[in-house]
Amino acid sequence: MQTSADVVFKSLADPTRRAIFERLCREGEQTVWELTEDAGVSQPAVSKHLGQLKSAGLVRDRRQGRETHYSAEPKALRPLVDWFGFYASFWREKFDALEDLLKRIDQ
Amino acid sequence: MTDTVAETRSVVVEREFPHPPEKIWSALTQPHLIEEWLMKTDLNPVAGERFNFRADFLPNGALDCEVLAVEPNRKLSYTWDSTSDNPAFNLTSVVTWTLTPTGNGTHLRMEQSGFRPDQVQAYQGAKLGWPTFVAKLEQVLGRTEF
Repeated sequence: MQTSADVVFKSLADPTRRAIFERLCREGEQTVWELTEDAGVSQPAVSKHLGQLKSAGLVRDRRQGRETHYSAEPKALRPLVDWFGFYASFWREKFDALEDLLKRIDQ
Repeated sequence: MTDTVAETRSVVVEREFPHPPEKIWSALTQPHLIEEWLMKTDLNPVAGERFNFRADFLPNGALDCEVLAVEPNRKLSYTWDSTSDNPAFNLTSVVTWTLTPTGNGTHLRMEQSGFRPDQVQAYQGAKLGWPTFVAKLEQVLGRTEF
């Protein structure tokens, strides 16, 4: 059985798909046409990649008039992130929260 | 130090606070204060006591913990284990807090040890910033054979 991590890995193994996904993460919502301009592949190929990214849960689409707008779902990467990376961020945030609490106790 | 230390990694965060150790100790050991900055817990700071931290983002909603060492106002350590339905995603770690008085406050050090370097782990619900995510993505993709 494929885990969600397997699906995400396979989807991002393709460099064109990875580039599309990274661009959506970086620049926000885009249409197929906007994505095709820089992708170096045809519009039907971009559409196919978007369909694949969507089925992996990495992008979502939103219809507006005649256009479909695509945006990234970085949350789908969760299965790929290791605990070490997670806790490195976690504790830094918690130290900030502790600092706030200690200040509040003073008052 | 033993050989196992070389095989695992630690997350270390240190910061100096303009507060006395006693005050920081309270924030680390009293459940109603811990809840304010960390998570819900039923910690009783006595060596050997078992307790939980609870939060939605954790696998199964909770961490299983046991107090290992207590030196009031100086040192506190406990196990920090999470288990999920998939054993590959389990985490077994130890969190150690060290408080050192400084001229005008306290140096606080947190070390979480026990991360295995080859572990690719799942977690739910936590939010990571974009730069971290890119770095992690590259790291994960770079070391994985498809």
